[in-house]
Amino acid sequence: MLTAHPGLPEFDYIKPKTLAEASAFLAEHSKDARIFVGGTDVFVRMRDGFWKEKYLVDVKGLEGMKSVSFDPRAGLTIGAAVNMNQIAESAEVKAHYPLLAEAAHSVASFQLRSRATIAGNICNASPAGDTIGAGMVFGGSLSVHGVGGFRREPLDGFFLGPGRTQLQAGDVVTAVHLPLPPKGAAGKYIKLGRNNIGDLAIIGVTALGWRDGETPSGYRFRIALASVAPVPLVPVAAEKILAEKPITDAVIAEAANAAMEAATPIDDVRGSARYRKLMVRNLTKQAVAEVWGRIQ
Amino acid sequence: MAYHRITTTINGATDVVDVPSNMTLLQMLRDKLALTGTKNGCAAGECGACTVLFNGEAVNSCMVLAVEADGADIVTVEGLAHDSQLDPLQELFVSEGAVQCGFCIPGMLISARALLDRRPNPADHDIRDALSGNLCRCTGYVRIIKAVKEAAKRGHAEPA
Ligand SMILES: Cc1cc2nc3c(=O)[nH]c(=O)nc-3n(C[C@H](O)[C@H](O)[C@H](O)COP(=O)(O)OP(=O)(O)OC[C@H]3O[C@@H](n4cnc5c(N)ncnc54)[C@H](O)[C@@H]3O)c2cc1C
Ligand code: FES
Ligand code: FES
Repeated sequence: MLTAHPGLPEFDYIKPKTLAEASAFLAEHSKDARIFVGGTDVFVRMRDGFWKEKYLVDVKGLEGMKSVSFDPRAGLTIGAAVNMNQIAESAEVKAHYPLLAEAAHSVASFQLRSRATIAGNICNASPAGDTIGAGMVFGGSLSVHGVGGFRREPLDGFFLGPGRTQLQAGDVVTAVHLPLPPKGAAGKYIKLGRNNIGDLAIIGVTALGWRDGETPSGYRFRIALASVAPVPLVPVAAEKILAEKPITDAVIAEAANAAMEAATPIDDVRGSARYRKLMVRNLTKQAVAEVWGRIQ
Repeated sequence: MAYHRITTTINGATDVVDVPSNMTLLQMLRDKLALTGTKNGCAAGECGACTVLFNGEAVNSCMVLAVEADGADIVTVEGLAHDSQLDPLQELFVSEGAVQCGFCIPGMLISARALLDRRPNPADHDIRDALSGNLCRCTGYVRIIKAVKEAAKRGHAEPA
């Protein structure tokens, strides 16, 4: 048969019935098994020949993976198999974490978002992942089931490099947690793409700000930058400026400059390193100014 | 490589199919079941020509494994018409002149059907957003969007 596009290479589809079974199988086949949920990263990497796993392990059906729940004392829990459309449309997410709904909605197209997940976006550990920034500025963490049982992994420190994380052989992320947002917080995600739809970010800026009586400026900001370093980047110097100096347009510009200085992007097909750096400055300024306008 | 026997409902009829692990839902529909209305444009989740309803949700069938459709309810463009009666969307795509070469149209129709099912009265930006994953090289989209808008209006005019 004539096919214009290569199909997927050979592999065996495995569907474990329990988390214990999934972790045991993944640990035993650490070299040649891979988890998938939506498969939107996995299938592309397999088809393009970058990944050659013998087993693809579908963990969508496992207990507790499909629900989103909000607890007014503890925050948000997103099952690892919850898709991006569910997040973008969830009344609770829109009410308490509109920044996350915005970031989820910015991913690809509707059809892709019915498959793509936030857990997959995080575990894929691409510095371009659109929802990682929201996870980081809210101080999120992961529930992970490994061969030794359950543990929590904070997103802070989770990313080691492109595609590399703290996850070990046998680990299955079961949920993403976001603590309660700071009182009165406002957020903004600005994604610079080549078009308005379905493209990875050339750069992305996530900003969250709130009033904070303990900082000299009276405010605190959390910022995360996408596609400007080997891992999602927190420009700590920029956050520090916004906490310490009384906020004015000039101080926001200074913080945006510090974000640009922290960025170490690469040249690639989507944009040059120089363009990326300049856009980090411009869009950080825009995102912070907008958030500040809403929390003053 | 392992084969799997799956039971799936396609356009209202239940089918039992044997599929290899690495077969996509798109390949199963086109190559095994001869449902060639669903198109293969990019096989990479970019173009939307392969869009089908999977348990009521629009997905790219090139990005779903056939084996994942075990127990699922699938609707393809062949399943939109009922009793020789076209879906209002199909009628309006024709009467509005929304079709040129036609390659993107099965995917457009399915994405539009999914939209009207979840949001019977969509705003213009909802239509654009819902169809943003369906690329068309011919029409310039204007008439496609108009056809969906008209279909939504007609849906409201008719008693449920
Ligand atoms: C056409 C197209 C457009 C895209 N556009 C965007 C975009 O605009 N923005 C964006 O950020 N991304 C985009 N992506 C990338 C992708 O869709 C996202 O990264 C998505 O969130 C991945 O989720 P998934 O469930 O499909 O992950 P999968 O492909 O299933 O998995 C991704 C990785 O995470 C691991 N993994 C998945 N689930 C778990 C788990 N529970 N425990 C441990 N490890 C796990 C897998 O082993 C794999 O390494 C696009 C992809 C395509 C094909
Ligand atoms: S063929 Fe599936 S999106 Fe193009
Ligand atoms: S009508 Fe030709 S691609 Fe859309």
